[in-house]
Amino acid sequence: MSQKILLDKINVPGIKTYEVYRREGGYASVEKAIKTLTPDEVVEEVKTSGLRGRGGAGFPAGMKWSFIDKKSGKPRHLVCNADESEPGTFKDRFLMEHLPHLLIEGMITSSYALGANLSYIYIRGEYMWVYKILERAIAEAKAAGWLGKNILGSGYDLELYVQIGGGAYICGEETALIESLEGKRGNPRIKPPFPAISGLWSNPTVVNNVETIAAVPWIINNSGADYAKIGIGRSTGTKLISASGHVKNQGVYEIELGLSVYEFMNSDEYLGGMIDSRPLKAFVPGGSSVPVLPANLIYKTANGDDRLMTYESLSDGGFATGSMLGSGGFIVYNDTACIVRNTWNFARFYAHESCGQCSPCREGTGWLEKVLWRIENGQGREEDIDLLWSIQSKIEGNTICPLGDAAAWPVAAAIRHFRDEFEYHVRFPEKIKNREHFVAEPFEKVKHLVSKQTV
Amino acid sequence: MKVLDIKQEINMTESLMTRINELISHYPEGKQKSALLPVLHEVQDAHNDWLSIELQDKVAEILSIKPVEVYEVVSFYTMFNRQPIGKYMFEFCTTSPCCLNGVENLMDYTCDKLGVKVGEPTPDGMFEVRGVQCLGACGYAPMMQLGDFYQEHLTKEKIDQLIVDCRDNKITLHDK
Repeated sequence: MSQKILLDKINVPGIKTYEVYRREGGYASVEKAIKTLTPDEVVEEVKTSGLRGRGGAGFPAGMKWSFIDKKSGKPRHLVCNADESEPGTFKDRFLMEHLPHLLIEGMITSSYALGANLSYIYIRGEYMWVYKILERAIAEAKAAGWLGKNILGSGYDLELYVQIGGGAYICGEETALIESLEGKRGNPRIKPPFPAISGLWSNPTVVNNVETIAAVPWIINNSGADYAKIGIGRSTGTKLISASGHVKNQGVYEIELGLSVYEFMNSDEYLGGMIDSRPLKAFVPGGSSVPVLPANLIYKTANGDDRLMTYESLSDGGFATGSMLGSGGFIVYNDTACIVRNTWNFARFYAHESCGQCSPCREGTGWLEKVLWRIENGQGREEDIDLLWSIQSKIEGNTICPLGDAAAWPVAAAIRHFRDEFEYHVRFPEKIKNREHFVAEPFEKVKHLVSKQTV
Repeated sequence: MKVLDIKQEINMTESLMTRINELISHYPEGKQKSALLPVLHEVQDAHNDWLSIELQDKVAEILSIKPVEVYEVVSFYTMFNRQPIGKYMFEFCTTSPCCLNGVENLMDYTCDKLGVKVGEPTPDGMFEVRGVQCLGACGYAPMMQLGDFYQEHLTKEKIDQLIVDCRDNKITLHDK
């Protein structure tokens, strides 16, 4: 059994409630931080831990905290990004639904470190019932004296509120989230200035993912050095992975970083292998925006090393033969899945979620969706595959926020690793008429047709 | 979008106004615009799940902002409805992991059963089926959102039961 630091108490009956959470040692990190540590010492512990942002980008959290402008004297804010919307990702919801007080404890300890007196949790609109859970948990924490004026007689004040979104993936981008929290459309801002200098209402602001903030209590209760002992190299600590698709045990798992992909996929402690023991075809390790990998690059890297669940190993080989840990949204495909259809599905998602601010993304995501749709529906042309490649390459890097990259990467990776499947769709339109075309006849069985056909 | 000439009765009850004022109190003096999204949810929930122009104007007035500041937000976010919707809106997640678990067939089944197409309410206004983007429940697929709650691990039998429960008024849409 690997070490759990976020979900270690998940099976304690009633852990959702304040009484049980407190009885089990909850809110100890707040006491320890406020009574025995200066805010800068808390920041130092988090730096030492090597904790990296768990929303997808993987930027060191302590470093991000240290950038916050404390000199201007403006009010500072901590904003928790609970706008989890990346397809394949459902870990933050699990944590908030079952352990709301862990997030609240993390918010208090982290706000103290940043000197923030007014903090927010921004949660996606569709998680309405979780919003209510958090609101009630905050009221409990406040009644118990963990929020409000002069917390634990220290002179430190903190108010914490939950803000509900309106259904827009783009608000998971930190500057769009801030815009939304100001009551506006979720259009990302140009950086710089970074939120650490000018964020919410132009005040210095740190935006952190739910899971990042939830790791802080353990780090403060133990130590940054203890946290850094878990994991491998620069991938320290544990990570929540949300697994879906064609695996036996779909759900949320806490793993120590460094676990092998093979063990995660196949051991009974985790995913337990493939549903119906069908062959593994592809996987997306970190949410829909990261490159999809074919079966031969999943358990081993191109060099033949074991592929591990770490930031470094999953990206080994760059985009040519690697992917990314991203948000931990782990989607598994068996041989009945159609890569073209799946890529179209993701392209539709990004076309729907583009905020429309940058032309390459606004226009390009729509083009990707349309061209992929016609290929998937038997109206594709041979040159469409190169057209897709061209469109994605013109979006990548040419937008002010990463949504453009997120839309481009899955298309590029699908063509890079599964080009023959696109060719099959173009050349044999009558064979892909049924949307479940590979359920009856997996691509592996008809693959030979592509190479025989001359154009 | 088609602009419908449907009158909406505006009823800002005392309990709704209390909640709105509480939401406004979450932000510093002068930053009441920040309450716009939560306030729109509350107002929409209390008005048959849609927001007419008149109702949006009312929200602008309450928050002391310009009507256009409300319109631009309402039109940007998918959860705000600018025209009436079916009372029980079955919003199926149609992103990849749900598709791998058969959501497309389940949506077809639901539409056939209700005799509707996606996006068209039943004539009595009771039901509507829509496909939406990832709802963050990929491990519990196929699934849908119904009001404030998720219905997960769906099967044909569960859909049948849900329809019966809706007709029998056993489904709570909003958690207040």
